[in-house]
Amino acid sequence: MSDLTTLDAAELGRRLTAGELSSVELTRAYLDRITAADEVLGAYLHVDAEAALARAGEIDAARSAGDELGPLAGLPVALKDVFVTEGVPTTSGSKILEGWRPPYDATVAARLKDAGTVLLGKTNMDEFAMGSSTENSAYRPTRNPWDPDRIPGGSSGGSSAAVAGGLAPWALGTDTGGSIRQPAAVTGLVGHKPTYGAVSRYGLIAFSSSLDQAGPMARTVLDAAVLHEAIGGHDPRDSTSIDAPVPVVAKAAREGAHGDLAGLRVGVVRELGGDGHSDGYDAGVLARVRETVELLEGMGAEVREVSCPSFDLALPAYYLIAPSEASSNLARFDGMRFGLRAGDDGSHDLDEVMSLTREQGFGPEVKRRIILGTYALSAGYYEAYYGQAQKVRTLITRDFTAAFDGVDVLVSPTSPTVAWPIGARVDDPLAMYAADLCTLPASLAGLPAISVPCGLSDGLPVGFQVMAPALADDRCYRVAAAVEAALDTTRGHRLLDELPTRTAAA
Amino acid sequence: MSSPSPQERPGPGDTAGLGRQDVAQLARLARLALTDEELDHFAGQLSAVLDAVAQVGKADVGDVPPMTHAVPLTNVTRPDVVTPSLLRDVVLAGAPAAEDDRFRVPQILGEEQ
Repeated sequence: MSDLTTLDAAELGRRLTAGELSSVELTRAYLDRITAADEVLGAYLHVDAEAALARAGEIDAARSAGDELGPLAGLPVALKDVFVTEGVPTTSGSKILEGWRPPYDATVAARLKDAGTVLLGKTNMDEFAMGSSTENSAYRPTRNPWDPDRIPGGSSGGSSAAVAGGLAPWALGTDTGGSIRQPAAVTGLVGHKPTYGAVSRYGLIAFSSSLDQAGPMARTVLDAAVLHEAIGGHDPRDSTSIDAPVPVVAKAAREGAHGDLAGLRVGVVRELGGDGHSDGYDAGVLARVRETVELLEGMGAEVREVSCPSFDLALPAYYLIAPSEASSNLARFDGMRFGLRAGDDGSHDLDEVMSLTREQGFGPEVKRRIILGTYALSAGYYEAYYGQAQKVRTLITRDFTAAFDGVDVLVSPTSPTVAWPIGARVDDPLAMYAADLCTLPASLAGLPAISVPCGLSDGLPVGFQVMAPALADDRCYRVAAAVEAALDTTRGHRLLDELPTRTAAA
Repeated sequence: MSSPSPQERPGPGDTAGLGRQDVAQLARLARLALTDEELDHFAGQLSAVLDAVAQVGKADVGDVPPMTHAVPLTNVTRPDVVTPSLLRDVVLAGAPAAEDDRFRVPQILGEEQ
């Protein structure tokens, strides 16, 4: 790994602005790293080196010409393949969209383009974002740079592997039940799921519309905050977009790094790894989280335990709501207007062609969820399953509201375990779903939540989750930055800096 | 897809279990052809998943209202102004089959109809 592919985006941006580094030089460093490492990692589904270098050249030329450029100009970025990108292949990890080139840009992709970033490529993911390991990609699994025999988390596992492995300085992911936070946690990155509605969903290939939210994945809290500000804010093309100013999160990250948390009230959620709720959690994960809570206390935070009893039902509620919405959203993949069409040889009618197309185009997890969602929404079962799950969602939100009466943020592990070996849970849906245990409550309530690295367990990264009330994303960044700064100081370097050493030793 | 009519209603009654026949029926409703192998495989897996998610029934929800959305928004409209949409050729370029400036689709009615 060259120096350029391990630096923070903030430092790279400084060098670009100062004229110490050209975008072409930087982009080439990343493309070289992709060439060297991606055959093993499988982080990308599509890379167009020529287009990236051409774009970088344009930015360099504009800079030489004295054009006014934004702070992100010339910085490479990777996008999860769930974001549609004009003229650039977009598959959502599915065979049903193989070869499709969208006719328009997702709002977040357009905003990053307008900011002068250079698109390196589209990152691998679980098919239609359904999964926690990226093994459900219809193309190939992605591997964890910390240990290529382990999963990089999911569904944004291509983005996590790319950023952790030095194949992109930062990336966008999407989070429906934990798909930004969990992959960030198991690869030693920072990942933030914004308040629902804070980032536009226009041009995101929909999985579960009432939960899907795009967000940043980065090497540092500050980088994540800067990327968040670049993509956030109201979009008239998304009817659920919140009409409020872009949140000021980079400032919160900078302030948080000073390490003064005096007066901050922190609630540790008992139901997420606490007493009587630690089954299935790695002891090492719980130990790192406990140490981090003590660290917060040391910085002046007032810590107390908080009980949110309805969180115990987050997993069953989520796995009814998400598949139900997915079964409806995925009805658009019928082989008529875009993507794959199978069996259209004159011997099959429309219905049969649709069924054959979907049989051929969808993988097993997508099929399971469509069937489950169809069941949960069908007449006679709707009330008992989908309706009941929506009421549980209200109960979970009420637990959050009650907790936030007494504390400013809630904390927990991001995921119960570290990265597991590839293949270990692939045919056991319930074991796979358990990885989302801690991330689901904030998803269901639409609240912001961040994962920040808090150390290693068995030599693998552990994530610390900070949840905040709606639109208080700044609190997540503030606390995460304090944790990051304190741990980096103690350690003498970033957690991610241990990765090359580890890989070299392996 | 329309919602199933009562006689199409899937499921084995009140028990949370999905048999092979139920999965086949649900797949048909969802326009999803499944192989025999997949039917066997999914029936077992989905029964386990359904048992797990059925736990939502344990919640005491009394008069708790359902939450459909994280943000309470209603009737979001935009100004009634004409804006450009995607060009026809651009859209049809992504279609699996096009003819006479339209999407070409297979026959809609079977021969017996």
